[in-house]
Amino acid sequence: MRRRSVYLLIFILVLFGLALWSMVPIDTKLLGPNGLRLGLDLKGGSQLLYQADLSMKAPNVTDSEAMASVIDKIQRRVDQYGVAEPVIQKLGADRILVQLPGVKNINEAINLIGETALLDFREQKRDSSGNITWIIAKAIGSNGEEEELTGKYLKRAYIDYSELKGYVVVIEWDNEGAYLFEKITERNLNKPLAIFLDDEMISAPIVHDIITAGTRGIIEGQFTRSEAERLTIQLNSGALDLPLTIIDQRDVDASLGADSIRQSLIAAAIGIILLFIFVLLYYRLLGLMACFALGIYGVLLLTIFNLFSSHITLTLPGIAAAILSLGMAVDANILIFERIKEELRRRRSLGAAVETGFNRAWTAIRDSNITTFIVCIILFWLGGTFGAFMVRGFALTLFIGVALSMFTAIIITRTFLRLIVSSRVVTNPAAFGVKI
Amino acid sequence: MIDFVGKKHWFFLISGILIVIGIVSLVSSQIQFGAPLQLGTDFTGGTSMTLHFTPQVEQEQLRQEFTNLGYPEAIIQRSGDDFLIRFREISFQERQDLTEGLETRLSSEVTVRNFDTVSPYIATETARNAFIAVIVAAVAMMLYIVWAFRRMPSPFRWGTCAVIALIHDVFIIVGTFSLLGLLAGVAVDAMFITGLLAVVGYSINNTVVIFDRIRENVSRQIKPDFAATINDSLVETLGRCFNTALTTIFVLLALFLFGGTTIQYFVLVLLLGVIIGTYSSTCISSQLLVVWEKREWRALLPFAKKSA
Repeated sequence: MRRRSVYLLIFILVLFGLALWSMVPIDTKLLGPNGLRLGLDLKGGSQLLYQADLSMKAPNVTDSEAMASVIDKIQRRVDQYGVAEPVIQKLGADRILVQLPGVKNINEAINLIGETALLDFREQKRDSSGNITWIIAKAIGSNGEEEELTGKYLKRAYIDYSELKGYVVVIEWDNEGAYLFEKITERNLNKPLAIFLDDEMISAPIVHDIITAGTRGIIEGQFTRSEAERLTIQLNSGALDLPLTIIDQRDVDASLGADSIRQSLIAAAIGIILLFIFVLLYYRLLGLMACFALGIYGVLLLTIFNLFSSHITLTLPGIAAAILSLGMAVDANILIFERIKEELRRRRSLGAAVETGFNRAWTAIRDSNITTFIVCIILFWLGGTFGAFMVRGFALTLFIGVALSMFTAIIITRTFLRLIVSSRVVTNPAAFGVKI
Repeated sequence: MIDFVGKKHWFFLISGILIVIGIVSLVSSQIQFGAPLQLGTDFTGGTSMTLHFTPQVEQEQLRQEFTNLGYPEAIIQRSGDDFLIRFREISFQERQDLTEGLETRLSSEVTVRNFDTVSPYIATETARNAFIAVIVAAVAMMLYIVWAFRRMPSPFRWGTCAVIALIHDVFIIVGTFSLLGLLAGVAVDAMFITGLLAVVGYSINNTVVIFDRIRENVSRQIKPDFAATINDSLVETLGRCFNTALTTIFVLLALFLFGGTTIQYFVLVLLLGVIIGTYSSTCISSQLLVVWEKREWRALLPFAKKSA
């Protein structure tokens, strides 16, 4: 028994050492780019939930293909816009969740992501009653079929500036696009040819020359620099296959996030100090063991957050859950200690009291945590249905925290106590808070 | 030795009063606002935002300007140095016009600390999902109770007492938030449901610990009288129940007082839940066992005899 306890102690110390080593130095490892991943409520930023209109998809693709393509294009837009650690994921069959941590200009970001950016060229048509309408310009393509001239045939787009025209977006056609463009300009010589973006006319220049093998076109829309940049990103990522509408938006200002971190850390510190004082005063030596176990517990919990930062995001309710699970970790210890004290009052030997106390308390601890696990699983599901990262953060952290608390109570506290008992350093039951 | 069982009627009275206050609040809220609880944007759709003004402005002034800017229905609540405002769903353009309008009219710089806008469409769905979550959790807890009590003397009776205590806890928390909604405009959101479910999971544990002890003592036949056995069990478990609650209360209280406004009400749910859950498992569920054992309400529940 004693030998096993020593091995366990070594295991615990090695684990603790490794955990500490994985976090230190704190400023680069724990708080660095690969360290803790903070949620929007702590870091500031924006979360957008988009509803895609699947009824508008092209007939020859499946729903999931259309969604995958939209998500891929949003990913490219966000990447080019330059957001660190964005989250873009499909939610349900027809929704997309976009998280943009630390984004400053939310308005701009929303326009960038959500606009379909469907580019097409249109020519004028006079209907029977003499009204002029714009219809999408078509020409017979190289494969012999009539094709519409749209953003589909873009090779790339880039921004350009001239004194005369200001910021413009230059588009380069691929071979097929250039072929269609030539035919269409030929047909519309000395007539206007309009550039439409998402059904809105941007400009309608008069065609003065047939642009033979014209690989380039210029979109002039009296753009500001950021508008031109946005359009460039959108055109390069391709038009979205489905129109999107925002159905849920949550923005947190970075200042609020910073306040939240500061306040919750202060609260955690005060809570933990109170907890330690209480446990020490009430349970004496047992309490000291519990404090050590809790210290290790805290470090291990942080390590899990740190190592699995790509899966676990730390949110404000998550911090609350971590602190709550700390309180619950103490609960497990208290259940055990009370049992031990009871056994001591029945005049059992110290060793026997510790063993019986642990064995009897274990079923209660195990059973009582089952309910918390069940609730966490239900909440995790609930949080996932509408992208409630706060609900999810709470559920996930509480689950991990409670699981870890069982480990610390059963393995760590028990090993400490067994070693203390077998070392015979302490024999007076008063050290355990029992008066006999 | 403390006589818990002898005081059971006092406990029932206290809980009764709390529940009656809750019912009154739920009903008056229903009459005044058309809902027993003030529902947040998570469930109703609309916009909720936290605004910070430098220099600080008065709540009345702000209310006036919201009316002037075309949002007379806005509910404005003070929260520390910030204002919490709930109103209908707005577009980005409207948001910009609103903040600019406030800045010029109040000549104070506005920081939008938090901005949530939820379409009624997703809100309905969230409300539905929250409802499903609550039902699933309730069923799961029932199954758990059936499982945990399978070895107890009369599982149905003991399980029912535990469930009544749980419902009691949930009811008092919901009543409290209804009252807060009535008095201070506090609205419940998805985090409220989260806290409530977490509390239910926590609260059931204390009851299980106590019932487990009662079972042990009954089988050891330490006292001939059931009521005396229960009282002994309560006194024996009091220390641990009180201490486990106390440690959790320490950390939650610290979070409630110093943790900032964002999750203050969420922490309040947890805090209330731990306090009431501990109270109900000591003073309600076990006392119900005694009442049932003595068949004081056989007339009310005809099936009690069958299951006994």
